[in-house]
Amino acid sequence: MSHFTPETRTRAQQLVALYPKPRSALIPLCHLAQGEDGWLRPEAMEEIAELVGVTPAEVRGTATFYDMLDIEPAATYRVSICTNVACLLDGALELLAHAEARLGVPIGGATHDGTFALEEAECLADCDFAPCVQVNHRFVRAQTADAFDQLVEDLGAGKLAATIPPHGTLQRVARNRGLVVDPERVAAERAAVARAQAERASAQDAR
Amino acid sequence: MAVTDAPRIVTARLHHEDSHTLERFLATGGYDGLRKALAMTPEAVAAEVDAASLLGRGGAGFPAGRKWSMLRKAPVTYLVVNGDESEPATFKDHLLIEGDPHQIVEGTIIAAYAVQASQVFIYVRGEFALGLERMQQAVNDAYDAGAIGNDIFSSGFSVDVVVHPGAGAYICGDETGLLESLEGKRGFPRIKPPYFPAVMGLYGQPTVVNNVETMSNLPWIILHGGAAFAALGAGRSTGTRLFALSGHVRRPGAFEVEMVKTTFRDLIYAPLYGGGIRGGGELKAFIPGGASSPWFGPAELDLALGQDEVQAAGSMLGSGSVVVMDQSTCLVRVAWRITKFFARESCGQCTPCREGSGWLERILYRIEHGSGRAEDLEVLLDVCDNISPGLHWPPEQTTICPLGPSIPPSINSALTMGRDEFLVHIKEGGCPLG
Repeated sequence: MSHFTPETRTRAQQLVALYPKPRSALIPLCHLAQGEDGWLRPEAMEEIAELVGVTPAEVRGTATFYDMLDIEPAATYRVSICTNVACLLDGALELLAHAEARLGVPIGGATHDGTFALEEAECLADCDFAPCVQVNHRFVRAQTADAFDQLVEDLGAGKLAATIPPHGTLQRVARNRGLVVDPERVAAERAAVARAQAERASAQDAR
Repeated sequence: MAVTDAPRIVTARLHHEDSHTLERFLATGGYDGLRKALAMTPEAVAAEVDAASLLGRGGAGFPAGRKWSMLRKAPVTYLVVNGDESEPATFKDHLLIEGDPHQIVEGTIIAAYAVQASQVFIYVRGEFALGLERMQQAVNDAYDAGAIGNDIFSSGFSVDVVVHPGAGAYICGDETGLLESLEGKRGFPRIKPPYFPAVMGLYGQPTVVNNVETMSNLPWIILHGGAAFAALGAGRSTGTRLFALSGHVRRPGAFEVEMVKTTFRDLIYAPLYGGGIRGGGELKAFIPGGASSPWFGPAELDLALGQDEVQAAGSMLGSGSVVVMDQSTCLVRVAWRITKFFARESCGQCTPCREGSGWLERILYRIEHGSGRAEDLEVLLDVCDNISPGLHWPPEQTTICPLGPSIPPSINSALTMGRDEFLVHIKEGGCPLG
């Protein structure tokens, strides 16, 4: 039985078809599943495994390598505060301490109602607006304690819902071109890759 | 203060509010470079890029044209564009991905045509949600405009572009780690040899991996010629480069400057760029090229922003990020934070990196937080020496990827510049700077 809705499953199959090898779609499919459920449910990982032709353990083993993929339920808003070098010089540790106090959670924790999670992030590449803050991987540029408090208030009041979707939804712009791929072309390309790999393997055996 | 009159090559469009849209792109000469390239032979396009002597803008600074020429002849080859910008204090690719995604697409198709790639993947860092949306929108729109897909601009050349999201791992910025990630695996960098993805890359096929800023330079190079690009800058460092300036400057930001003709002093102090040290402070030190580069002090301010010039002075331009520290900065704390970053991002394959980074981080933490021991400085250097013997520059490579040997330089720099600071921390049982 499919965990994904029929629409999501079709979308997943389209993503798989974009790549010369199905496994390449593993991370995009994890993002897709997180967009549906907010985190990677075991059922979703099983279905991803089936779609890309690996075991569920391989999906889990891959997902756990990446900071953005959650194999446990996650809060609606993930607040990430960078404390890496550029932000460190601009008061990031102080802002992080303020965030802990304001949200009432330690770093790595989440509020009891599941609204906010707080994480200490590595460089988020927005250092000209240090200290850098993201909510669900969207830059919010709340550089001071006051701006941070306002941010938390606005998020809680649902004022930012239009710009910051719930955790798990990464991309709201989906690929909508070139999705009808020529199965023959895909098959030919996959065969060429397989042939090349077989040749390499036999060459190695010969050695 | 030298601010040269070099043209803006990669940031020309960014002052427009709608610089990311197809409309703005087409209204400002967008895809003209691609049209011109498609009228040339692939060899002629590659020759133009070779003539420009464009150095890769990702961090290693390998000549782009040479990378292409190393591509093994095979029926299936790939082009992968590296937009996984995660090097601490580097934020230039972020700017280009969000601000001018069509320029990246245009450069990418030019490169794909030059190397006759079968398929293109643009790997965008997962934490760039807006960047991913802008990049995907640009690719969707470029399909409609005939710049991607079948028979591009009626040239007979066809190629598909897939925007691929990362999921949060610094190590995937390493080109072989990125390829593993793109294959749907953990981002473990690959054992070398083979040294170059051009020989064995994605799915074992010949692959070119280029940075997004490198791609962004290509439309201009094709339109104005490689010679015009090579006329900018000097020596091996040609053209302009986008530098990300952060830390204690009045105007942090990403600035496109002419290479070699501009110095660190220009970048940090010119009113058009950094505008000097914030609050009238004194410069204590600066990091010239990312977390792995040895630090410089005021004595190196007049050094030219050129790859070989900085290398000869004992550091590197790396990813093009400059972090400025004023006299109030605690060097112990900075070294600790950078080391903590490496400890967190080490993929764990190689012992020196996995174990060494954690030990170093804990020792630096205890010094900064008041539990330092007299013998700690020796232990720090000893562990660093185990990770990269000799502690010279460039560092001895002992691990699968360069992450491990990238750990010692900041510690070594902090110790060289501020040994007394470390000693005061240990003697007084804490950070004197609070």
